Amino acid sequence: MSFKNERQTPPRDLAFLAKSQLLSADDVERALRRMAHEIVERNHALEDMTVIGMQTGGVGFATRMSELLSDITSTTTSLGLLDVSFYRDDLNVNPTPRTSMTAIDDDLTDRTVILVDDVLFTGRTIRAALNALSDWGRPRSVQLAVMVDRGHRELPIRPDYVGKNLPTALDETIRATLDGVWMGTKGVS
Amino acid sequence: MIASLRGENLLTLEGVSDAALLEVLDTAESFVEVNRRSIKKVPALKGKVVASIFFEESTRTRLSFETAAKRLSADVLSLAVASSSVKKGESLRDTTATIDALGIDALVMRHQSSGAALQVSRYVPHVRVINAGDGLHQHPTQGLLDAFTIRQVLSERADTTGVESGLELFKGLRVLIVGDVRHSRVARSDIVAYSTLGCEVRVAAPGTLLPANIETWPVTVVSDFDEALEWADVVGLLRLQRERGSGSFVPSLEEFTQTFGLTFARAKRLRPTTIIMHPGPMNRGVEIDSKVADLASAVITRQVTNGVPVRMAVLYLALASVRDGGGS
Repeated sequence: MSFKNERQTPPRDLAFLAKSQLLSADDVERALRRMAHEIVERNHALEDMTVIGMQTGGVGFATRMSELLSDITSTTTSLGLLDVSFYRDDLNVNPTPRTSMTAIDDDLTDRTVILVDDVLFTGRTIRAALNALSDWGRPRSVQLAVMVDRGHRELPIRPDYVGKNLPTALDETIRATLDGVWMGTKGVS
Repeated sequence: MIASLRGENLLTLEGVSDAALLEVLDTAESFVEVNRRSIKKVPALKGKVVASIFFEESTRTRLSFETAAKRLSADVLSLAVASSSVKKGESLRDTTATIDALGIDALVMRHQSSGAALQVSRYVPHVRVINAGDGLHQHPTQGLLDAFTIRQVLSERADTTGVESGLELFKGLRVLIVGDVRHSRVARSDIVAYSTLGCEVRVAAPGTLLPANIETWPVTVVSDFDEALEWADVVGLLRLQRERGSGSFVPSLEEFTQTFGLTFARAKRLRPTTIIMHPGPMNRGVEIDSKVADLASAVITRQVTNGVPVRMAVLYLALASVRDGGGS
């Protein structure tokens, strides 16, 4: 599946002001490779696996992850995109996010779903994603892979595969892409 | 200019910026995907109550709005005016107050009087009012879904997505609106939407079916219908509104069809890429020949289909929070 034509949300209103780089592009690639091996180790059969990237930060990681999984096992891993805007519980609290494309081809019943996101924070996005996934059937299991776990969970949600644990303060912001991971603050650029 | 329809009433498309229109079109694109799923429902408006009151008859708009609200998980209160206290002479204000007393978040209404939606929005400032057609004034969601349909067709042909194309495909697009412009709120909403989005709009109609203030509209009136047909990229037909007395504005229906109807002979002279649109319900054989309505370039059922995602986007944005907040 190609996502060339699928939309990705443009950056939010506030610009990200980077203070320090925590991981390089190479570090990110190595972490992804390790996570891919962990996924294979834990799940043996990959024919019934779907990698789903969370819009928008998780899409790049999910795409790379499915490539790595395909390389390791010489099978093709199916890839999907999920936008959880319509499943969020904060529509009354936060400004409604701009919506992006969801693209999930498979009936997820009895499949293993690897949810991939860039940063795990409060856990609310993952909560919304779990609700959303149930509309595509009943997966045999859902596992969560994140590049960065920054703590501050508000819900009983934990990742299965973590690229890097980064304890943060609440007012700090993490940006994670395939090009690296930075810590910074949000502000007007 | 309204920069965004988030948290706003949708009473008219006049004064709505191109960015706000684009936001609706792009949001609707996300809902197209929802409507293709086997479970066509998202919890975005769970716990919200959407009332629909139609003082004037309607099939597609009402069904479309109620379907849209239900697919967003909102509860729908639907007032059938024919069997309600309106028939006992209850005023618009009292009817509105009664429905409001039940606790609603949005009100979708159609009324035979121009400006009724605006009036109601003043009675219930805490409720988001969506105009589903008021008299000869506006039918905003029709204008939005027509623009959405055009972008969808053109972006498919250009092998791109609607969202990726943005407003590009509207720039300089040649749209011809034909027929009963005078009595048509659809024409008013369409013309505002198209011209805001950057299209060039012309209208062709008998002089009697043009509104008195047509020169203030952002359109050019053309006299030669056949020449205009060759010019057009999009032909938007309008229903001859016989229930509003349009029949007496033309010498006879046959003559109207002869001069301004899209007959099969005329349709054959259109470029094959020209999109034919009609908001429905059609008077087959009057403004549009039955065979023309079934041509591949006629996107009339697609307009109906697109009504649902576009109205989902309108409801979703209207009930969206505009409060500033942080967090992810």
